[in-house]
Amino acid sequence: MNKRIFLLLPLLAFVAVGVFFYSALFSDPRELESALVGKPVPDFQLPDLLNPQQQTDVSSFGEGPYLLNVWATWCPTCRAEHEFLNTLAAQGVKIVGLNYKDEPTKARRWLAQLGDPYVLNVLDYEGTFAIDLGVYGAPETFIVDRQGVIQYRHVGDVNVRVWQEKLADLYRQAGE
Amino acid sequence: MIAEWGHIAQILALIVGVLLAIIPMVGSYRGWLNWMQMARPLAQLQFLLVSIAFVALCYAFVQDDFTLSYVAQNSNSKLPWYYKVSAVWGAHEGSLLLWILMLCGWQAAVSVFSRALPLVAIARVVAVMGMISVGFLAFIQFTSNPFETLLPFYPVDGRDLNPLLQDVGLIMHPPMLYMGYVGFAVAFAFAIAALLSGQLDAAWARWSRPWTLAAWISLTIGIALGSWWAYYELGWGGWWFWDPVENASFMPWLAGTALIHSLAVCEKRGVFKLWTVLLALSAFSLSLLGTFLVRSGVLVSVHAFASDPSRGLFILAFLFLVIGGSLTLFAWKGAAIRSRGQYDLMSRETLLLGNNLLLVTATLVVLVGTIWPLIHKEIGWGTISVGPPFFNLIFSILIVPFVFVLGIGPLARWRRQPMAQLRQKILFALGLSISAGLVLNGVFGDVEHFHAALGVVMGLWVLICTIQEILANQRGNDSLMTALGKLSRSHWGMVFGHLGFAISIIGIALTSTYTTETDVRMQPGDTQPLAGYTVRFDRVGPLQGPNYRGTGGDFSVWDGDKHVAQLHAEKRQYLASGSVMTEAAIDAGLFRDLFVALGEPLGGDAWAVRLHYKPFVRWIWLGALVMSFGGALSICDRRYRLARRRQQSQLKAQEVAG
Repeated sequence: MNKRIFLLLPLLAFVAVGVFFYSALFSDPRELESALVGKPVPDFQLPDLLNPQQQTDVSSFGEGPYLLNVWATWCPTCRAEHEFLNTLAAQGVKIVGLNYKDEPTKARRWLAQLGDPYVLNVLDYEGTFAIDLGVYGAPETFIVDRQGVIQYRHVGDVNVRVWQEKLADLYRQAGE
Repeated sequence: MIAEWGHIAQILALIVGVLLAIIPMVGSYRGWLNWMQMARPLAQLQFLLVSIAFVALCYAFVQDDFTLSYVAQNSNSKLPWYYKVSAVWGAHEGSLLLWILMLCGWQAAVSVFSRALPLVAIARVVAVMGMISVGFLAFIQFTSNPFETLLPFYPVDGRDLNPLLQDVGLIMHPPMLYMGYVGFAVAFAFAIAALLSGQLDAAWARWSRPWTLAAWISLTIGIALGSWWAYYELGWGGWWFWDPVENASFMPWLAGTALIHSLAVCEKRGVFKLWTVLLALSAFSLSLLGTFLVRSGVLVSVHAFASDPSRGLFILAFLFLVIGGSLTLFAWKGAAIRSRGQYDLMSRETLLLGNNLLLVTATLVVLVGTIWPLIHKEIGWGTISVGPPFFNLIFSILIVPFVFVLGIGPLARWRRQPMAQLRQKILFALGLSISAGLVLNGVFGDVEHFHAALGVVMGLWVLICTIQEILANQRGNDSLMTALGKLSRSHWGMVFGHLGFAISIIGIALTSTYTTETDVRMQPGDTQPLAGYTVRFDRVGPLQGPNYRGTGGDFSVWDGDKHVAQLHAEKRQYLASGSVMTEAAIDAGLFRDLFVALGEPLGGDAWAVRLHYKPFVRWIWLGALVMSFGGALSICDRRYRLARRRQQSQLKAQEVAG
C-alpha cells in the first residue's frame, strides 16, 4: 500500500505544478498587476543609502509625480537601465530609488561611478519595503502621482522604447 | 531553393517520426519481427532528413537568404561567416531545430551502437524517442517554423544576431547544452522500455549507463561553457546568476548526477531500481520543463528568447503527455518491480542513497526557487522574488553533508561496512584536510574567512579520501603501480569525477571570497593598484569592426617593474541593432584572473574602468572539465565493449545454429 502511494507521488506533484503552469501561461508576468495600483505608497522606516544614519519614510519622497525605481548591483538589467535613468533625470523626471537586497558599499560605489539619477535612495537590505510593494525582482519601476498614489507598475528595464510607448504618457498624467 | 528542400526534409522527418513512433512499438507487442526491424532504418532515415533540414538552414544563413523570416531577424550580411552559422541556433526556431537534430542524432547512435540489445528492447527504446521527436517536429512545424518565408516582400538586409551571442564561446555552448538535455532522452527511453517490459535488471542498467554518462558529460561541458561565457561576455565578472535559464540547465544536471550514481548501484547490486527509473524519468522531464520555462515566457528571465502563449500551450500539452504519461506508467507498472539485494545501514549503498537524496533535494530547491514566484502569484498571494541570496544560502548548507558523504562513499564496502574500519581513515582525512586547509587558506588569504576556509577544507577532504581509496586497492604483493594499473577505467572515471568536483568547490569558495572589484575613473596615463599589481591605462582609440564600431582601451599590467600582461578592452556599438556591448579584457591564469572592462565615458578621455582580481576562478571550469574527463573514462570502460562483443558472438552462434 505504501509503495503505491510512493509510486503515485511524483505524478501527483507533477499534475499540481502543471496546473499552475497552465494558469500562468495566460497571465503575462510583464504586466504584473500590482494590488497596490490605485493605493498610496505603503509606509516604511528605512535608512538613506547615501547617509545611513538618516531614517527615511514615505514623506521623504516628497511631492509627486515621481518614479520609484527598484534596483540592485547584482542585477545586470539594472545596469543596462541605469544610463537611461540618468538621461531621464537630466530631463527633469523625478526618480526615487529603492536599493533592494544589496550591499550598501557596492551600491554607493555604483552611484559614484555611473552617476546618480535619484533624488533619494532607500536602503532596503532585508527587502521588507519591497515585499510591501509586491516586488517580483529587480528592476521594477512604479509611477506615483501627485497625491502619492501608485498609478502603474512596470516590470523589467525602463528603456527608450518603453518610455516613449507607455511610461512617458503615464508619467505626464500622474502629474496632472 | 535550398531552403525549400530543407523545409520538405523537415516535413518528411515529421512523417518518418510518426512511423517510427508506431511501427516498432506495435511490432514489439505483436511479436512481428519485420515491424520491429524497421526501428533502425527509420531512426537513421529520420536523422538524415533532419540533417538535411539543418544544413539547408545553415546554408540559408551563410548565403544571406533574407527571404526566410528567421534569417532576416537573426542575421546580417556584414556578420562574419562563423557567426552566421552560429546564428542558426541564436534564437527560438533554429535552436529547436538543433535540439531535434541532437535528438535524432542520439536516436541514430542508439540504433547503430546497440546491436547487443534484444530486438524488442531496441524497438521500444527507439520508438519512445521517435514519439518525442514527433512532438518537437510538430511543435517546430506548426508554431515556430524556421523555414517560414517573407516572400514576396523581403528585406535587403537582416536585423543582425543579438550582439551578446556574437561570441566564440556561444558557438559551442548551445550545442553542448542541448546534447546533454536531449541525451537524457536516451536514459528516459530506456527507462520507459524497461517499465513496459517489466525487466529492470542489471543488464538494463548496464545499457543505460554509457548513454547517460555521455549526456551528463555534454551537459557538464555545456553548463561550464555557459558560465565561462557569462563571465567574460556580460562584462560583469560574475559566473553564475541563478537565472531561470541557468537553473533550467542545472536541474537536469543535478538529477543526472544522481542518476549516474544510482545506475552504478543498480548495475552492481540490483537495488534502488525504482529510484533509478524515477531519476531517469526526472532527468529528461526536467530538461523538458526547462524548455517550457524558457520558451513559454511564464518566467521573466534576463536572457529569455521570444515568448508566445500559443507556443507555451503547445509545450505544456506536450509536457503533460510525456511527463504525465511516463509518471503514470511508473505508478502503474512500478509495483511489479522488486529489488532483491540486501544491504546494511552502514554500507556503500546507504551512503550513495544519502548523496542521491541530497542531490534530489538540491534539484527540488532549484525547482521550487525557480517556479515559486509563479506559484505564489497564481495562488493570489501576490508576487515575491527568489534571488541569489536564497539559493546561495541553501546550497552552502547542503554542500557540507554532501561533500562529507562523497568522501566516505568510495571508501566504504558494498553490503556492509563495519564502522571501526572506517573510523581511522575518516579521522585521518578529516584532521589532515582541516589543518592543511586552514594553513593553505592562511597563506593565501585570511584565516578568518570562514567560507573560503570551508571550501578549501572540503576540496582537500575529497582529495585525501580519494587518495586513500586508490591506495586501498593495493593488495598482496603487488607494487603500487601494478595495483593502479589494475584499476578499471570506470574506477578512474570515479576518481577524476570526484577530483574535478573538489577543484570546482575550491574555485567557487576562493573566487567568491577573495575577489576584489574596483570601479575607478581613469584617463590614459593613469595607473591604479589592483591586488598587488599596477594597471596602467595606456591609450584609448576608436574601433572599427565588421559590423560594429566603438572604442578600444589598452591597458598594461605591471608587477613592480615586470610587465605582466597587455590588455585590450572594448566598448562596441553594433550597427544594425544599435546595442552597446562591453568586451572585457582578461589576463587569465591558473591562480588568478585580471579582468579589465570599460564602463562609461566620463568626458574627455576619461572612462569609468572596472578592474577585477579574481583568484582561482579558472578552477571552477577546470573542475568541470576534469569531471567530464572522468565521465569519458567511465564510458570507455572495457566491460561495455566486452558485453557487446560477447553478445555479438552469441548472436553469430545462434545464426549458425539456426
